[in-house]
Amino acid sequence: MNAPFLQPKLITFTLDGETVSAAEGETIFDVAKRSGTKIPHLCHRDAPGYTPDGNCRACMVEIDGERTLAASCVRKPADGMRVTTKSPRVEKNRKLVFELLASDMPAREDGPDPDAAFWTQAALTDLGEDRRFASTRPAAGGTIPLDSIFRDASHPSIVVNLDACIACNLCERACVDVQSNDVIGMAGRGLDAMPAFDAADPMGQSTCVACGECVSACPTGALLERTVMNEAGTQKVHVADSTTDTVCPFCGVGCQTTVHVKDDKIIKVDGRDGPANHNRLCVKGRFGYDYVMSPDRLTKPLIRREDAPKSAGMRLSFEDRHKVFREATWDEALHKAGAGFLTVLGTYGSQALSGFGSAKGTNEEAYLFQKLIRQGFGTNNVDHCTRLCHASSVAALMEGIGSGAVSAPFTAVDDADCILVIGARPEQNHPVAATFIKAAAKRGAKLIVMDPRQQGLMRFATHPVVFKGGRDVALLNAMIHVIITEGLTNARYIEDHVDGFEALKDAIMSFSPEAMAPIAGVDADTIREVARTFATAERAIIFWGMGVSQHVHGTDNARALIALCLITGHVGREGTGLHPLRGQNNVQGASDAGLIPMYYPDYRDAGALSVRAGYEESWGRALDANPGLTVVEIINSIRAGAIRGMYIMGENPAMSDPDQQHAREALASLDHLVVQDIFLTETAWQADVIFPASAQAEKCGTTTNTNRQVQMNRAAFDPPGEARQDWELIVALANQMGLGWSYGHISEVYAEMASHMHSLDHIGWDRLEADGAVTYPVATEGAHGDDIMFGAGFPIEGGRAKLVPTTLVPPDEMPDDDYPMLLSTGRLLEHWHTGAMTRHSAALNIHEPAPTVSMHPVDIERLGLHENQMVQVETRRGHVNLSLRTGRDLAPGSIFIPFCFGEAPANVLTNPALDPYGKIPEFKLCGARVTALPT
Amino acid sequence: MSTTLIAKPERRKVARRNLGAPKGRQVNDVSLKEVRTLLGDLPLERDLLIEALHLIQDGTGAIHVRHIAALADLMRLSQAEVHSVASFYHHFDVRHEGAAPPPKARIRVCESLSCEMAGADTLIAEAQAALGSSDVVIERVPCIGRCDEAPAAQVGARAVGNATTSELAKLLTEEFKAPLSPYVAPYQPLDAYLADGGYQILKQCLRGDLSDDAVMATLSDARLRGLGGAGFPAGRKWGIVRSYDGPRLMTINGDEGEPGTFKDRYWLERKPHLMFEGALIAAHVVGAERIYLYMRDEYQGVLEILRREIAALSAAGLSSHAPIELRRGAGAYICGEESAMIESIEGKRGLPRHRPPYIAQEGLFGRPTLNHNIETLLWVPEILAHGADAFAAKGWSDQHAGLRSFSVSGRVRDPGVKIAPAGIPVIRLIEDYCGGMADGHSFKAFLPGGASGGILPASMAHLPLDFGSFEPHGGFIGSHAVVILGEGDSIRDAAANLMRFFRHESCGQCTPCRSGTDKMVHLLTSPDFDTGLAGDLMEVMRDSSICGLGQAAPNAVAHLIEHFGEDL
Repeated sequence: MNAPFLQPKLITFTLDGETVSAAEGETIFDVAKRSGTKIPHLCHRDAPGYTPDGNCRACMVEIDGERTLAASCVRKPADGMRVTTKSPRVEKNRKLVFELLASDMPAREDGPDPDAAFWTQAALTDLGEDRRFASTRPAAGGTIPLDSIFRDASHPSIVVNLDACIACNLCERACVDVQSNDVIGMAGRGLDAMPAFDAADPMGQSTCVACGECVSACPTGALLERTVMNEAGTQKVHVADSTTDTVCPFCGVGCQTTVHVKDDKIIKVDGRDGPANHNRLCVKGRFGYDYVMSPDRLTKPLIRREDAPKSAGMRLSFEDRHKVFREATWDEALHKAGAGFLTVLGTYGSQALSGFGSAKGTNEEAYLFQKLIRQGFGTNNVDHCTRLCHASSVAALMEGIGSGAVSAPFTAVDDADCILVIGARPEQNHPVAATFIKAAAKRGAKLIVMDPRQQGLMRFATHPVVFKGGRDVALLNAMIHVIITEGLTNARYIEDHVDGFEALKDAIMSFSPEAMAPIAGVDADTIREVARTFATAERAIIFWGMGVSQHVHGTDNARALIALCLITGHVGREGTGLHPLRGQNNVQGASDAGLIPMYYPDYRDAGALSVRAGYEESWGRALDANPGLTVVEIINSIRAGAIRGMYIMGENPAMSDPDQQHAREALASLDHLVVQDIFLTETAWQADVIFPASAQAEKCGTTTNTNRQVQMNRAAFDPPGEARQDWELIVALANQMGLGWSYGHISEVYAEMASHMHSLDHIGWDRLEADGAVTYPVATEGAHGDDIMFGAGFPIEGGRAKLVPTTLVPPDEMPDDDYPMLLSTGRLLEHWHTGAMTRHSAALNIHEPAPTVSMHPVDIERLGLHENQMVQVETRRGHVNLSLRTGRDLAPGSIFIPFCFGEAPANVLTNPALDPYGKIPEFKLCGARVTALPT
Repeated sequence: MSTTLIAKPERRKVARRNLGAPKGRQVNDVSLKEVRTLLGDLPLERDLLIEALHLIQDGTGAIHVRHIAALADLMRLSQAEVHSVASFYHHFDVRHEGAAPPPKARIRVCESLSCEMAGADTLIAEAQAALGSSDVVIERVPCIGRCDEAPAAQVGARAVGNATTSELAKLLTEEFKAPLSPYVAPYQPLDAYLADGGYQILKQCLRGDLSDDAVMATLSDARLRGLGGAGFPAGRKWGIVRSYDGPRLMTINGDEGEPGTFKDRYWLERKPHLMFEGALIAAHVVGAERIYLYMRDEYQGVLEILRREIAALSAAGLSSHAPIELRRGAGAYICGEESAMIESIEGKRGLPRHRPPYIAQEGLFGRPTLNHNIETLLWVPEILAHGADAFAAKGWSDQHAGLRSFSVSGRVRDPGVKIAPAGIPVIRLIEDYCGGMADGHSFKAFLPGGASGGILPASMAHLPLDFGSFEPHGGFIGSHAVVILGEGDSIRDAAANLMRFFRHESCGQCTPCRSGTDKMVHLLTSPDFDTGLAGDLMEVMRDSSICGLGQAAPNAVAHLIEHFGEDL
């Protein structure tokens, strides 16, 4: 009975008279599908992540010798079984199942979705027009009454018409099994069995995060996107006239999507089975696309009016743009932009120029942008927002293992038995990655979640650890201490692959859990248990985010994480690795493409003559011999009067940079600022020339996600009005400056870029077009990319990783008597970064329309405040006014402000103190005080 | 009791959420504290969710949604998960913010067949008129296992047989003074059972004087069958469970919900330790590490007996090889289906599982599980004490082995649990054990096995009451719940009553049962009964329902059409 199987067992049985075989675990439905036999099905969604449930009884088959029929979607064949999928008995049963369901549903042509799977599946049966059974449901056989108790139109993006519900529980499986959002549960019993949100709350008032998985799963249209429906939300009326397979524009997960377009407008977005998302999406990807169609899109080139002075304090609405800017022709705008840079260049030289490229553009755009800055401006002063997110992680990774990219994709959690998440809130910021982590935890992997703020992921964690903000090194070094002193290291791995262990061992001795417990705010026993759990796991993987990187000791934080993996050997194998969760859809690619002041493409040292010489030959001019300035350094350099001209494409430093007033003053003081964007951003307020550009849905090109997967983005339609493709604008500006660039197609840019990048070897444009996604590196032509890196050593001299001991560096600014609260900033699920895109999305704004500061109820009571009250939050750098939100996730004594709201920009408050290695500012904490505002 | 759909006006348009808090209902400190107090020392384990809900329902008269949020927070579950379980069970009264406060008293009146024949409808109407108010809710409930005292009712925790409005009024007055305690029958406690020689067989087994193989062989020779309704040979079942790798578990199914059945209550209110000894022997033989005893919530008095005696067994060290955990049902007939019961013990909605795998292989918490009905177990000590042959010989004939507990109700003079030979014909059961038909009634039809076993005409009264006798006729003996109908009783009305029961008790998981029971009620109660359509419906219910509930639900309708054309 428990005989070990030396090889996978094949089961042989008879299907409709044919002898067939099934692999272990395959169902009759699976085998029938393989054999080309169509079996109608409703509750079974034949897609990744869905477990068959066998409840609808549409897929019944007959098995010889059995009294009743069997549901083929759940039933596994056995040797010698004789299965019939077509017989009068089977067909009568299937027909009756559909007839019972249809008798209680609205008529097809009057129901929410005449194209729903229910009706296409019904066509596989003899249902016809038979509706012989009486029904008590209000919409049975007719239209849905607006006051039907089965209707729920309370959600901004999804309309629920349970008149069409067949209680198949696919939406529950979508919400619970696939996305692990756990909002939908089948409630009630018998005829009352219906999906319910939370405790049967209106969907719009539930904890629903609007991932829309339920909509994609529902076979009847009982759950549908509001955007495809009539005004009343009772019926689908909009059908796409074209669809485009592309990639989500938002975060670093890189979900593949299909964009549905009608009359040059996106009407909905579906997930595709991409390597990073397996059809899943989050609220931004599924519903946040409407920013593309915003009336606030820039559609004409703009030139600053002579009578409109720049001012850091200015605020400008899109409607008032004509007070500051005048419309111009492309010729004039391009000429003025180019001439301005040439003037600065001629007067002050190359080091007076700089550029911020974008992690939201394509790889090709990033490549062209840094090429323009280096070749055209003659400087390495080119950077982008990676500086503000993972610069410290990359610094530590480059130093320790010689590569800044992730060593394993987040999908490696499928193979992991321990997962450590620290300083990251993937449920908000990488929602689809979070679904994989939660699924692994539900499968039984140990999940350690460390964060100064509680979070939803902790509900799934075996080890939720809330520690004191800014005390990461104390906590992590204490773990390293336990692992080393308790002999839990992987000595063999260290011997084979790691240098610096003895130094680390010596340095770590003062970091006992008992000594660190009061500093980290975590008791020593917990630290020991977590350390043991991580070290003794067969396969462990670490994820981290801005909570680790955005500190003055961010590089040390990452060094400690790297040390954890290296001393335990949790790198280079399936289910192990180091994964800094990348924020932007193309922050990995933009960094790879050289949008970094100290690196040419592929992280080749900008200060190295050998590297520079190659580019000087390719680009035909002498290049900057020194590494350039980073984001915050560039702002400081502007303030110092050294940098006088800037080209900013698709970035919004006026919102994203710390000590915002300082940053805005810098931008306002530039002699010449050219901003290329799709909206009139806060940065664009200070521009001399504004180029209206392309949204992601309008462009073709490649992006590289957090998993090192290079993916093909395709245009669903053209940019609006006179707006132009970003890459064409970079080329046009280059040619204004006399560079004589000529590219016939974006693929030619890719080819040139790839010729400079070994990481893209064997990843040709044609392969990307065909496959949609390729993971780099690829060892040989046609091979699969390497998901797991560093199995055989590291890309560093000698091939051995380097351990770097760390010391306790306190946060630059801690709460004190004047500023007693600890302020942390970050993001919200619904808003992307500075809100440049998402604040223009009605679908997203309705969830989070206004700035808030979150505070623990204990503090709210102590300060005599109440939720929804307007308060002022003040730090040494400035103040903002915003509304108070109760947040039980916060530790008492701390507050949280998302940085996406221009009305109350959090970065007015934040501390620009830098990590010495990564040059990343300490966004994550500073002292603040909160006072009530008069009502 | 709970309704999933709440016709709130805020469902009609896009709802502006409260921006002063994260999305959805937030947990608050007051509710957290209340729930912590209500739960006492109950461990916050996932499988104890239903127990936790009971404590909240008992303590507050309802399951308020703010307590759902608090319980979810404490147990690290989602609100949806807690609500989906709470709303499945009829004994949980889920109340939303702004809903009326729960009633101060509940009167439950049984409306199942025997009670309906005894005038439950009139009683309910009278009680509603005389006693119903915003403080007092009169609920129609399915069988509460007192069919021999029909009409039966319950005021709070107190069961009432032969209920009248005046009796209910009297009890209601008491309930208002102080909540009524359940009636606890004068049963044989542990010390008395021990004094009577009890647990000697168990001790022989534990000592090894009686080998496991010998026990299983004796049970097989005695031809002891599973008496929950399926009739699977007990000895064979033990062998199958033992053949799977441990750890193994055992469950005892006390969810006696089949209308007309009250034999488990009969035994547990008299000699509970017969069952306990049988269970502890079974657990020892199959190597089950723990016993979960699932008892229906309607049997409040039995629950009290079990609580006391489980504690006594534990104190006496008799259950140390297989500690017994008591789990309380919450008003769901479907949890009498063994896999649904297992789901319920795991703290989930009581949805039957697909087979295979069978629970002997993969049951409670995924482990090999031995499940038995109360009665099956209580014969075990006797069989082992007196030998297989002595037991088998008590059957009606050589073809029928042992004694059975028949729950007899309906139109007989002396209803009740009758311990009679297996295989006894109905007519002999009526005549020899029940004093004949009740005054003024002549024998027309009988239900051999509760609501599921079909309705057969008096002409079949000679058939032996045993497994296998009625299957050729589209029925079965099931839990041996025999309901006798007289000439004045309409079989169509009876079939409609049974079908309403199944509609009420369908778990709602599969289409043929969830929808089919509803459509069948419509057919049975519409002026023109479409036998052709009913035939189609019966076919899909029997062929395609997941579990026995849906598969057997049409039996009575088939018999109505086949045998009682005059009642159509």
